[in-house]
Amino acid sequence: MFPDDFLAGVRAALPSLLGLVPFGLVAGIAAVDAGLSPLQAVGLSAVVFAGASQLAAVDLLSQDASLAVVVVTAIVINLRMAMYSASIAPYFQSLRRRWSMVCSYLLTDVSYALSITEFGEESGTDRRWYYLGVGGAIWTVWQLTTVAGVLLGTGLPESWGVGFAVPLVFLSLLVSDVSDRPRLVAALVGGSVAVVGAAWPLNLGLVGGALAGVVAGVVADGRDR
Amino acid sequence: MTTTYGPLAIWAVVLVVGVATFAIRYSFVYLFGRIDGVPPRLEEALRFVPAAVLAALVAPAIVDPGPTLTATVLDDRFLAGVVAAVVAWYTENMFATIAIGLLALWAVGAVV
Repeated sequence: MFPDDFLAGVRAALPSLLGLVPFGLVAGIAAVDAGLSPLQAVGLSAVVFAGASQLAAVDLLSQDASLAVVVVTAIVINLRMAMYSASIAPYFQSLRRRWSMVCSYLLTDVSYALSITEFGEESGTDRRWYYLGVGGAIWTVWQLTTVAGVLLGTGLPESWGVGFAVPLVFLSLLVSDVSDRPRLVAALVGGSVAVVGAAWPLNLGLVGGALAGVVAGVVADGRDR
Repeated sequence: MTTTYGPLAIWAVVLVVGVATFAIRYSFVYLFGRIDGVPPRLEEALRFVPAAVLAALVAPAIVDPGPTLTATVLDDRFLAGVVAAVVAWYTENMFATIAIGLLALWAVGAVV
């Protein structure tokens, strides 16, 4: 029922799907923990479909941060996808607008990384089907694990400290992103400013930390060259 | 903690973040042929956004500056965070990081 290249995309995504399961579970659990209704929690995964930004939004909502801070933080986390969009755009040009929009919606760290590698090889793969296989598999697992997390989350006692899973997810993503010295500098400066500014109003510690971290990363990168 | 925002505010967040995220994903696909891509200086800055933002989200959750350095370090969340960071570094496995991090939090909580 599915073309071979679609299935090839699903197979390519399999190893990463395993890593997605705990992430999706935490996204669901954290959302209901923060006071979102099950429908809102699932709606967040369906509409936004970007884990780190979802968790950040939910985390900030639970702290009653201002809505502007919630929205801006989530969007800033997703800005990196502009790079993916630019890089993958040439391969979406032959698609009808409707399909290029579907493929854009499915653009994630993993679907980008897997597809751009495959697209670079002139292997005769039907790129659209391959991409939809990768993206569709990730999307399906993300939605299902969110639902499972929502169901689990409503039953977990707060005293178990499962809320700590949220920073642990961020920590895991952070460690895998810090692959060179400038990124390490960005993380150290961003984290330090955020700790110092933890009590500042309007979550300025988070905003200031993020900004200071980016600037520090750019400066460190300039020195390394 | 639980949010005090009502359904309208939460749905507004879902919608605004969702639309903005789609706009980011679709941006250069839509603009292809009209502009060359991300300007190099912006791309340079964007590379550091994940590390900076993730660190700014994580650090306050595991580092709670106490009156002394010892008090800051001998904190259950800090110790659990260090254990989890080591696990994340060596295994690159999110499940292991979460599981061992939570176990460490419980274990340290029972001791400290």
